[in-house]
Amino acid sequence: MGGKLFRNFSFLSATLSFFILIGIFAVLFTYAQEALHEFGIDFLYSDSWEVDEDDEGGLFGGWIPIVGTLLSTLIAMAIAIPLAMGIAIFLTEIAHETLVKPVSIAIELLAAIPSIIYGMWGLFYFAPIVQSTVGGDGVGLLTAGIVLAIMIIPFMAAITRDAMNTVPPVLKESAYAMGATTYEVVKDVVMPYAKGGIIGSIILALGRALGETMAVAFLIGSVMKIPDRITDPTTSIPVLLANNFAEAQDLEISAMYYLALILFVVSFALISLAKFYFFGRKSV
Amino acid sequence: MVMKKMFTAALIASVTAVTVYAEELKGRGASFPAPLYKVWTSEYYKATGVKVNYTPTGSGDGVKSITKRMVDFAGSDTPLKQKELKKEKLHMFPTVVGSVVLAYNLDGIKDGELKLSRKAIAGIFNGTITHWDDQAIAEHNAELQLPHEPITVAVRADKSGTTFNFTYFLNQIDEKIKVSKKPTWKANKVIAGKSNSGVSANIQQIKNSIGYIEYSYKMTLGLSAAQVENKEGQFITPTLESFQDAAKYATWTPDNDFYAVIGDPAGVTSYPIVAATFLLLPEEKQATNKNVTKFMEWAFTQGDAPAVELGYVPLPKETKDQIRAYWEAKGIR
Repeated sequence: MGGKLFRNFSFLSATLSFFILIGIFAVLFTYAQEALHEFGIDFLYSDSWEVDEDDEGGLFGGWIPIVGTLLSTLIAMAIAIPLAMGIAIFLTEIAHETLVKPVSIAIELLAAIPSIIYGMWGLFYFAPIVQSTVGGDGVGLLTAGIVLAIMIIPFMAAITRDAMNTVPPVLKESAYAMGATTYEVVKDVVMPYAKGGIIGSIILALGRALGETMAVAFLIGSVMKIPDRITDPTTSIPVLLANNFAEAQDLEISAMYYLALILFVVSFALISLAKFYFFGRKSV
Repeated sequence: MVMKKMFTAALIASVTAVTVYAEELKGRGASFPAPLYKVWTSEYYKATGVKVNYTPTGSGDGVKSITKRMVDFAGSDTPLKQKELKKEKLHMFPTVVGSVVLAYNLDGIKDGELKLSRKAIAGIFNGTITHWDDQAIAEHNAELQLPHEPITVAVRADKSGTTFNFTYFLNQIDEKIKVSKKPTWKANKVIAGKSNSGVSANIQQIKNSIGYIEYSYKMTLGLSAAQVENKEGQFITPTLESFQDAAKYATWTPDNDFYAVIGDPAGVTSYPIVAATFLLLPEEKQATNKNVTKFMEWAFTQGDAPAVELGYVPLPKETKDQIRAYWEAKGIR
C-alpha cells in the first residue's frame, strides 16, 4: 500500500515537471498569437517599439533586444571561457591540494550570489571603473557583458572542473612518464578527454547568460537603440520584458510574449544540445 | 483532548484573523505618491485599526486593476477623461500634489546653481542641445564653468506617470514632444532606468547627466536640481513654497471628476513642473468606497504634515471641500 502510494506520488511529481514545461510553451505560444499574426517573421528584424497614443496598438519589433541579448552574451562568453578554463585547469592539474578546497568553495559561493547583488555592485562600483578606463557612460553593453561574465564564470568553472576530474589518472600519469609537460598533458590528454563536458558547460552558461535579467537590467541602460560603440547603452530581451510588462496592454503584451517565446525556444534548443549531444555522447 | 483544545484555539484564531482581514482595503497603482501613501496607511492603521494596503505598481497597472475590479481603489498620476470614467464606471478625485525636478551630475556645480531656461530644457530633451556649454544653457549661467562635454539624458525605462507629467510640461514648450507615459526620446545620449530610483541611481553614477525625478528622491538622495524657468520667465528653485504657489493655480472642478493636468501654471513664483495624483473608485462598491473616503478624509485632515515632510503639497482647503461635496453627491461619503 505504502509502496504503491509512494510510486504514484513520485510518478506524479516527475510527469508534473513535463506538463509544466509544455504548459509554459503553450501559454507563450497562445498569448503571442496576436503579435505573430500581426507582424509575422518580420518581427525578428524590425527595430521599432512604439506604442500608439491610445495605448491600444503600436508597431513592435524584436531586432534591438535580440541583438542586445546576443552581443551582451557574446562579450560575456569571450571573457568567461578563457578565465573559467584557467580556473578549472588550475584546480585539477596545478594547484596544491591545500589550495583546491578553499578555491573550490569560493567559486561555488560566487555562483550562489543572487543576480540582483551583482547588478547593484555593478552599477555602483563597477560601472564608474568602466567609465574611467574605457569611456562611455559606465552603464552600457560592455559593463553588462563583463558583469555577466563574472556571473557565469563560477558556473562554467565548476562543471569544467568536474569534467576534468573524470580523466583517469592512469592516462595523465603515462603522459607525464613519457616526459610531457603540464601544458602538454592539459592540451593533449585532459582537454580531449573532457571535451564533451567542457563544451556542455559552455552551452549551459550561455543559456544562463541569455536569460539573465536583474543584473543586466541595472547595467545595460535599457535604451531601444542598436549600440554604435561597445560602451553604448542598449537593451536585451529579458530586460525589455522586466521593464515594460507591468504597464503594457493588448498588442504590446502579445509582442512581449513573442519575444519571450523566442528566448524560450533558443534557450531550450541550447540546453537540449548540451544535454543530449555533449553530455550524452561520452560518459563524462 | 489537548489536541482538540489546540485545534479549537487555532480555529478561533483563524476565524478572527479572517474578520480582521475583511476590514482591509486594497489598492495599487501610481508609484509617484507611494512614499506618502505608505506613511498615511501606517498612521491610519495606528489611529483606527483599519488596514489599507497600497502596492506601487505604476499608474497603468492601477487603471488596469481597477477596471478589472481586482482592487478596492487605484492610484493614477494621469487623470482619466470623463468618457473613460463613464465607460469603466469609476469615480475620480485628486489626493495630493507633487513635483518633478531636473537633477544633474556636474562637477563643481552645486544644488540649485544651474539655471535652465524653457528653451534649454526642450533642447536637451529633444536632442537639439547636445553639450553642456551650448549657448542656450550658458547664456543664463555666466558665472558657472560649464564643461564641453556631451549631455547624457536619464529617462524612465518603464511607462510612468512621472514621464507623462514631465512630457506635458515639455509639450507646452515644444509641441513636437508628445505627451506620453513612455515617449521615444530624440536626445543623443539616453540612459533609461526603471522607476524613480533607477533614474536617480543613473544620475548619481553618470557624470554630465541630467534627468527628471520626483522631488522626494532628490531630497532623500541629496541630488542637485536645477532652477527652472516658469511661464512668466522667472527662474524658480524647486522648494515647497514654490510648489505651493504653483498648486494655487490648479483649476479643479467636480463637474468633470476633477480632470486637470496642472503642469506649467501661471504665477511669478510658481515652480512649473508640478503634477497631481488621483484616486479611482469603482462606482458600484458603495460600502468599500465609503471606507476609502473615510481613509481619505482622515488623510485630508491629519495627513498634511507628513505630506509636507516628504516634499508633497497638500491640496488647498477649497479643493478638499469640493472633493468632500463630490463624495456627498456620489453617495460615497
